[in-house]
Amino acid sequence: MEIIYVYTRKRSEFGRPCSFSDRPAKVNVDIPPDPSMASSFVLRNPVDSSVQHSSDMSEHEVNTERVEVESRGVNHVEGGWPKDINPQEVEQTIRFRKKVEKDENYINTITHLGALMEHCVKQNNAINIYEDYFGEEEVAEVEDEPPSAKTINVISKLISFFDVLLPKRDPNVTKRTATHLSWHPNTCKKLAVAYSSLEFQQNMKEMSFDSYIWDLENPNKPELVLKPTSPLVSLEYNPKDSHVLVGGCYNGQMAYWDTRKGGLPVEVSTVEFSHRDPVYGAIWLQSKTGTECFSASTDGQVLWWDIRKLSEPTETLVLDITRKGLLENALGAVTLEFEPTMPTKFMVGTEQGIVIACNRKAKTPPEKITSTYSGHHGPVYALARNPFYPKIFLTVGDWTARIWSEETKESSIMWTKYHLSYLTDGCWSTVRPAVFFTTRSDGTLDVWDFLFKQNDPSLSLKVCDEPLSSLRLQDNGCVVGCGSKLGAVTLLEISSGFCTLQRNEKNLVNAMFERETKREKILEARHREMRLKERARSEGQEMEVEEMPVESPHDVLERTRREFFEVIEAELQRRARAETQPLRGKVKDHAGEEEAAQGEESQLPKDREEEEEEKDAA
Amino acid sequence: AEVEETLKRIQAHKGVAATIVINAEGIPIRTTLDNSTTVQYAGLLHQLTMKARSTVRDIDPQNDLTFLRIRSKKHEIMVAPDKEYLLIVIQNPCE
Repeated sequence: MEIIYVYTRKRSEFGRPCSFSDRPAKVNVDIPPDPSMASSFVLRNPVDSSVQHSSDMSEHEVNTERVEVESRGVNHVEGGWPKDINPQEVEQTIRFRKKVEKDENYINTITHLGALMEHCVKQNNAINIYEDYFGEEEVAEVEDEPPSAKTINVISKLISFFDVLLPKRDPNVTKRTATHLSWHPNTCKKLAVAYSSLEFQQNMKEMSFDSYIWDLENPNKPELVLKPTSPLVSLEYNPKDSHVLVGGCYNGQMAYWDTRKGGLPVEVSTVEFSHRDPVYGAIWLQSKTGTECFSASTDGQVLWWDIRKLSEPTETLVLDITRKGLLENALGAVTLEFEPTMPTKFMVGTEQGIVIACNRKAKTPPEKITSTYSGHHGPVYALARNPFYPKIFLTVGDWTARIWSEETKESSIMWTKYHLSYLTDGCWSTVRPAVFFTTRSDGTLDVWDFLFKQNDPSLSLKVCDEPLSSLRLQDNGCVVGCGSKLGAVTLLEISSGFCTLQRNEKNLVNAMFERETKREKILEARHREMRLKERARSEGQEMEVEEMPVESPHDVLERTRREFFEVIEAELQRRARAETQPLRGKVKDHAGEEEAAQGEESQLPKDREEEEEEKDAA
Repeated sequence: AEVEETLKRIQAHKGVAATIVINAEGIPIRTTLDNSTTVQYAGLLHQLTMKARSTVRDIDPQNDLTFLRIRSKKHEIMVAPDKEYLLIVIQNPCE
């Protein structure tokens, strides 16, 4: 509806002055309301209307006058003089002063104050307290905080909901040991834990076979439940592909999972070609494809697998240290160790307490076993190379933890004292070469720093009451996860003193290792010497047989017998003489022994003895 | 006589620059400096000593000020107060 009002003016009237006049209001348009339109409106009830009750305030600005500041000085003028004395007059002042000085009080006071003052003056002269004394010394970074560790999370196995719903299942879920922990390779926010019961012939009916992947942010519910066909004893993330995990089962099979595909294994190895005992160690190998892994078990075999084809292993090795490849002689493997920087070598820790170092690329199977290190009385539960010094490795077994150098095969270079409880697992710190961790069967976690203290652990923490079964350090070195026998995984954050590299630490640790290795080498050499001496003395008689090969066997026998008795006689004579003349005899004995030790030549001992016989006869 | 001796002894110590004795009204009795400096020291230190003493006594009424030491960049001013007199010594600490 348009409302138009037309306003007209004649052209001739343009420019004329306006003469305004007043008139009453006139209604131009009147539009009454249209009730039919009311229907297009909706009545709104209630209507929200806001009301504020507050006091009325008003804003007001005021400009103050500037404050004037002025600097002024004060001139002290002599004052305080008594009224009758004029300060300007010298005589009067002098007289006043003299009077004061005569006062007894004055004399006493001054004497007293003088003594006091003298003390302070002398003090000042003696030592200047504001001198810069410690300017040359640099401020050492003192780690004030005592070593400590803080529990950040405890993941205990959740009581599955299904146990409550299904009345058939026993609501008490059997507590299983957390046998193996593996951190997610990149983010370290996830932890894969393998649960199984390592008790022999445990009743397995109610026990679930599951193992879990936990996300640290959510300790109540596992992120992923892995459902193998048999409980997992070991579990490892693939360092190259963080979605893939390989697990070794209790029945000897190997299985691998892809976390993107869910909880069931993607492939499981065939029972015929797998291990016959639980797979205690499973480690990924460095390979171009990133799909190779190997496993070890107490049945004495080490098997190599390619996970794309788990139907049979690509390679096998029997851990027979007599190098004959007989399964009957084989030692059961409990741990496996592999260092990605040395891809052809690996080490196996056995149930019998021996560590076997093997070379994968050897030509024949017997040669695969390069050396053995024996030193533990019981199974070697953990084996780890020092990430900074790969020649040094740590073994944990029976009641001690030992540090070995690859070069000394006879004994370990450093070891801890015998503890009261079994040591169950151990690992090196990834940031500090001198720090390693061990767990015990009384539930304690020990942190050892052998640059600081060598006899005792630097920090000993009681984590829980049940034995701790496995230990794994996160890659950043600050958080360590330990699994217990009843399935609770505790995460501890250790104090920064253990995670930061100290000054000079690498050099000190290197020096320490070298020193210990040298010591062991000297001991080894000495042992070898003594053994040689022993062998040479007993071999000295056998070697004579080879001197004359032309003789017939019978003659040889005769000759041997004769010579043998001669030697015995000589020895007896010498001994008899030695008793009568102890000093001279001893010297001769020594001379004889040393000669025997020095050479492998068969002639020498006989000649010497003959010479001595002649000498004695003469 | 004793007074002389004491003051002379103090004066003889290493580093002592000046010695002043003033009474309760701020009148210098004995001084080794010139008059104007002495008067300045007397007036200022007297007030400061009073303030220091009242501070000490405010905190603990049983307590009293025994000695006042002001160490500045150039020298140290030591004030030994008493009820009626004030002994002021200015010393250059040995470096």
